[in-house]
Amino acid sequence: MSGSLFLQLLVNGLIVGMLYGVVAMCFVLIYKSTQVVNFAQGEFLLIGAWTCWWLVVDAGLPFWFGFPLTFLFMLAFGVALQMVVLRPLIGEPIISVIMVTIGLSIFFQAITKWIFGADVEPFPEIFPVKSVDIFGLQVQPAYLMSLVVSIAIMIGFAWFFKYSRMGLAMRATAFNQQVAQSLGISVKAVFATAWAISAMVSALAGVVVGMVNGVSGALSFFGIKVFPAVIVGGLDSIVGAIVGGLIIGVLENMAEYVDGQWLQIGNLYTVAPFYVLIVILMVKPYGLFGTKKIERV
Amino acid sequence: MITSSLIPCGQFKTSYAADNTIFPTPVSRAFAIGGVALLIAGPLFLNNYHLNLLIQIGYLGVAALGLNILVGFTGQISLGHAGFFGFGAFMSAYLNNNYGVPVALSIPLAAVFTIIPGLIFGIPAGRLKGLYLAIATFASQFILEDFFARADWFSGGSSGAMANPINLFGYELSGDRGYFYFVLFCTVIAYVLGANLMRSRDGRAFVAVRDHYLSAEVMGVNLAKYRILSFGLSSFFAGLGGALYGHYLGFVSAEGFTILLSIQFLGMIIIGGLGSVMGTLMGTAFMVLLPETMEAAVSVVKAMAETDVAWLTNGLAYIKQASIGLAIILFLIFEPDGLVHRWKLIKSYWKFYPFSY
Repeated sequence: MSGSLFLQLLVNGLIVGMLYGVVAMCFVLIYKSTQVVNFAQGEFLLIGAWTCWWLVVDAGLPFWFGFPLTFLFMLAFGVALQMVVLRPLIGEPIISVIMVTIGLSIFFQAITKWIFGADVEPFPEIFPVKSVDIFGLQVQPAYLMSLVVSIAIMIGFAWFFKYSRMGLAMRATAFNQQVAQSLGISVKAVFATAWAISAMVSALAGVVVGMVNGVSGALSFFGIKVFPAVIVGGLDSIVGAIVGGLIIGVLENMAEYVDGQWLQIGNLYTVAPFYVLIVILMVKPYGLFGTKKIERV
Repeated sequence: MITSSLIPCGQFKTSYAADNTIFPTPVSRAFAIGGVALLIAGPLFLNNYHLNLLIQIGYLGVAALGLNILVGFTGQISLGHAGFFGFGAFMSAYLNNNYGVPVALSIPLAAVFTIIPGLIFGIPAGRLKGLYLAIATFASQFILEDFFARADWFSGGSSGAMANPINLFGYELSGDRGYFYFVLFCTVIAYVLGANLMRSRDGRAFVAVRDHYLSAEVMGVNLAKYRILSFGLSSFFAGLGGALYGHYLGFVSAEGFTILLSIQFLGMIIIGGLGSVMGTLMGTAFMVLLPETMEAAVSVVKAMAETDVAWLTNGLAYIKQASIGLAIILFLIFEPDGLVHRWKLIKSYWKFYPFSY
């Protein structure tokens, strides 16, 4: 019994970790190209999920139509956010930028709770079956889909940065903004694109989680879990973000397993990643895969 | 700079000591003393509601001062201030309940003990900067929050801890009136300490670390020492504020010290002005009064509206939270130097009237 529980938690961890990885990737995308630490990443999930929920449940649109519409909305939302709030802060000290995204985060949390209420609202059934049996393990089809979607997103990201014109422009901007600008890259457009992509992909993750657990304010906790993942992976490494997400997802579930089996402390699930985070930062101040900054006077 | 031009004619400083006084002019000192005197007379003509607001400004202001020393003066970022605030509250209740330490003594003792977690979580700060530090303190917030909910022996776990009212010389300070004087006393002491710190050698070292840490290190400032020291000092003030808060409410529960409170603390110092002792108090007052203003505004709308406004009154808690977020965003975009800068502009406007500069 204990062995199968272990396996079940391991699979859960991998699947949740994959989602963490996707959100962490969005976070790193913004950080890399615009040097902004986005504490409102979780709220992107929240807003995306609520928008989709509203379109499908309240407005009564079919899912295949409401879902792309959510994407369109998040695209506009991400660009607007970057233009209205973040652009005036370019060149301001790091604390201002951090605080503005924190301000955004509590603002959107309050607004979504005000509009949609604080209760968990379930998504309508999109998959007919409750759970599928894979090698004797119960896996929800939405999770299975999320796994496929996550991998698709990662492949999409890889292609985007390697071959597309915009992706190259983004990498150039991440490397050096001034040089990129002098080569004719519109840094403004790159910034806006980064926020738009990040908002859209986060919304996708939000919808997937919403399908399984229902939509509620708790979704924004994903944005908080991103930090351990990103620190494990290093703030400016996209591959690191995915690896970090997986590690944190598995670690969480392993912590729960250890706790449930032997320790009986409770709540290790949520706190364990943060202990790991502190320890990693004490040993390696730039994360496991992050670029070490060399400073010259 | 506006600050330097604000010193009126006839104020000549002939020594460093005279240039380093807390108050630049006798008039400003008279204003500060007069303000405190006015507050001492306050309970005579203020009702309990206003006293309650002033007490809140007092204990939150003490904690925010600690954060401003850390963020505004030393340039470190902390997203875990509420954790230390809570630690102070629990520590004072713990000392009083378990060891019978009188409350008037357990409050400052709790502040001293809060230095310990401050130093522990400050250790990563010795090596980290900016972003990584923000995330490390973010983690410390969750760890401390979890600790409060879990450590039954210390905090009473999920049921919380009772905090007795203050007993001074056999006279119980339980009402708002008595407690107001105690908080006022502690706040004045804390602010004098804070303002004095900035005139000292250590205070200058903090500012040097903030302004250019590499130059500071070259000049012989021990970076790691001052970064960790700054964390310790900031948690001292946080603990003091927290202990005052605990004994005011009479009950301490882990739910009171969430990340939202940490954000509010940061909001206070940003709205007030980073690196300004006076601004801290202004920002705290703003942050305390903002939700009250929202509540008043909603009740005015409710009284005037002809249709049903349940959607508005039911959302009051969310309106308050959203207004805090919005205030932080708007201040950062339109007035990044905070209220204290606005105040200086107003002062210089009157000084130079009718000329604009």
